Amino acid sequence: MKRFAYELSESWKIAAAQMRSNKTRSTLTALGVIIAIVAVTLMGTAIAGIQVGFDKSMAIFGDDVLYVSQWPWKPVDDWWNYRDRKKIKTEYAEPINRIISATPNSNLVVAVPTSSLLRSVKYADSEVSNVLIRGTVSDYIITSTFDFQEGRFFNELESRAGANVCVIGYDVADALFPSESPIDKSVLINGQPFKVIGVISRQGTFLGLFSLDSIVVMPLLAFQKYFSAKSDSDILVKVKDKTRLAEARDELTGIMRRVRGLAPEKKGDFSINEQQALKSTLDPIKNSIEIAGLFVTGLSLFVGAIGIMNITFVSVKERTREIGTRKALGARRRTILLQFLIESTALCLLGGFIGLTFAYAMCAGLGKAFPSFPIHFSVTLVIVSMTVSILTGLFSGFAPAWTASRLDPVAALRYE
Amino acid sequence: MGQMRQMNRPILIEIENIAKDYMMGEQIVHALRGVSLQIRSNEYIAIMGPSGSGKSTLMNMLGCLDTPTSGRYEFNGRDVSAMNDDELAAIRNREIGFVFQTFNLLPRADSLRNVELPLVYAGIDPETRRERAARVLQDVGLGDRLHHKPNELSGGQRQRVAIARALVNDPSIILADEPTGNLDSKTGEEIMALFESLYRRGHTIILVTHEADIARHARRTVHLRDGLIESDDGFSGIGILPMGDRLEADPATRQ
Ligand SMILES: Nc1ncnc2c1ncn2[C@@H]1O[C@H](COP(=O)(O)OP(=O)(O)OP(=O)(O)O)[C@@H](O)[C@H]1O
Ligand SMILES: [Mg+2]
Repeated sequence: MKRFAYELSESWKIAAAQMRSNKTRSTLTALGVIIAIVAVTLMGTAIAGIQVGFDKSMAIFGDDVLYVSQWPWKPVDDWWNYRDRKKIKTEYAEPINRIISATPNSNLVVAVPTSSLLRSVKYADSEVSNVLIRGTVSDYIITSTFDFQEGRFFNELESRAGANVCVIGYDVADALFPSESPIDKSVLINGQPFKVIGVISRQGTFLGLFSLDSIVVMPLLAFQKYFSAKSDSDILVKVKDKTRLAEARDELTGIMRRVRGLAPEKKGDFSINEQQALKSTLDPIKNSIEIAGLFVTGLSLFVGAIGIMNITFVSVKERTREIGTRKALGARRRTILLQFLIESTALCLLGGFIGLTFAYAMCAGLGKAFPSFPIHFSVTLVIVSMTVSILTGLFSGFAPAWTASRLDPVAALRYE
Repeated sequence: MGQMRQMNRPILIEIENIAKDYMMGEQIVHALRGVSLQIRSNEYIAIMGPSGSGKSTLMNMLGCLDTPTSGRYEFNGRDVSAMNDDELAAIRNREIGFVFQTFNLLPRADSLRNVELPLVYAGIDPETRRERAARVLQDVGLGDRLHHKPNELSGGQRQRVAIARALVNDPSIILADEPTGNLDSKTGEEIMALFESLYRRGHTIILVTHEADIARHARRTVHLRDGLIESDDGFSGIGILPMGDRLEADPATRQ
């Protein structure tokens, strides 16, 4: 056991010396592995980044909320069938809530109507455009997960009265009130003043694509009073137990059919969406990145492995007499096998290390260039890359190492 | 007197009717055709003979680097022909010290690391290794060259490192195949003086040489021709010269 350890450390030293004396050759040989590791790391980073960003964005939607909308949250082939559907009206919330409270053991808690459109928001000389203006009721807070940086959400009284109050997102607050508190100030939307009563804490971006903080939320009645009814409306329905989402969905479907007065044989003319559905639209993207990445990685690993196998064969050839000498001094077959396996593995590890360094630098660079894109360089990736490197090394080194270990000592010593 | 002293030594190596054939395509080359020898502990033997007579082949056989096509080989009473690869490696590691004509040092390792190598294969811990390698290098007169790489040493010094490497595991026997072949005659004499002192300290030495001047240092000479022993002036085997003549030629008794 001890002897094995000594032989191992000896082999590492030899491998290191070997690489040091053949720097250029080693680096060139490791190139394939370097590329493979860069590919695997960047791919992993991209996927992890998308995942992290997605999870973060998803949390905002809440995983226990169902959305009744005109369109499903996934790409459809027969979009014309959806285009002509009846719009979802905010008024549906009332009958839905009535049915929910009439149903014993309902899986649903409450239905909240929302209506949104994009407008500019002004304060004094500043203006932010393309802000998502959303009208809803005070129960909206139940279906959402955000916190307040300052102030509060509007209450039931303000909600029913359609008061000219609003809650603004972080970006809006930041743009309009860089140096003062927005609370109790009036912002202008469509020329109408709305008193700010709360500021939502920063939510970040949705997949780095658009900000979730460029938002203003106000009572639905106020919204309807000042903005055209042509806005998109959804009904948000909070679910009691998120582990029974399917049942909740079925129940909601039934309720919606009743509300719309659909005959049993008619197809549903609405969509019930959930966070999960968005996830499944993202999966194909993730998969194609994965497949492309795997292909590039596999190819460069293969090329790298062949290169390393080749160079190890050359190394065995060049050092045939050395192998003979070692055998004469008492090296066993497995000692020689181990030595060359370690040399090829060391080469791959070198490649892996350089690759990781590159990938890390690239990730850092990307992170700097696009601060909003969620870059995620994980420890798992380092471990995976290193494992892949080691396996490649063992794989590519095996044939030459085996040849070396089988060399006849006399023939090896005679080799010119 | 000297005879008695030698006769009492235990037998270290006994080979009987060793033959070695090489296949060269269709042709069989008989490198050795039935060689028998007895070698006792603390002998100093020179193997001579013309080129191609089988000297190196015999050395490789004695050094357990190669196995005979036929014949019997006992090393310290153990049957070598029955040993597997690992056992042979262990014998080479512990019992045999090789010195090569071309030194065969690892080019990128310093003297110390080169000498340490057999100890690595013997599973000895780094501190002891270092210590023993340094001590043996000291013994061969290279105490001040521990950290020189082979290309920073003269030929004679390289061969000294190689001898230190052969000695470091305290082997039963030292095998040297033309150890002075790549050295000028003065340096060769220095190396031979080193072998002489090793012999006096009780080591067993077998060396292959072409040169009578080098063979003169040994106490016994075996001549090979065409894979057979032509003459052996030793105590065992088919000695041809009478003992007395041999002893007269012994440089140790001459002075
Ligand atoms: N691997 C081999 N394949 C074929 N023939 C071989 C092989 N090794 C040795 N021989 C032959 O065996 C014979 C003995 O070779 P060996 O090397 O033992 O001679 P030697 O006495 O050491 O010669 P030299 O003084 O030139 O070193 C030679 O005829 C040689 O050609
Ligand atoms: Mg020879």
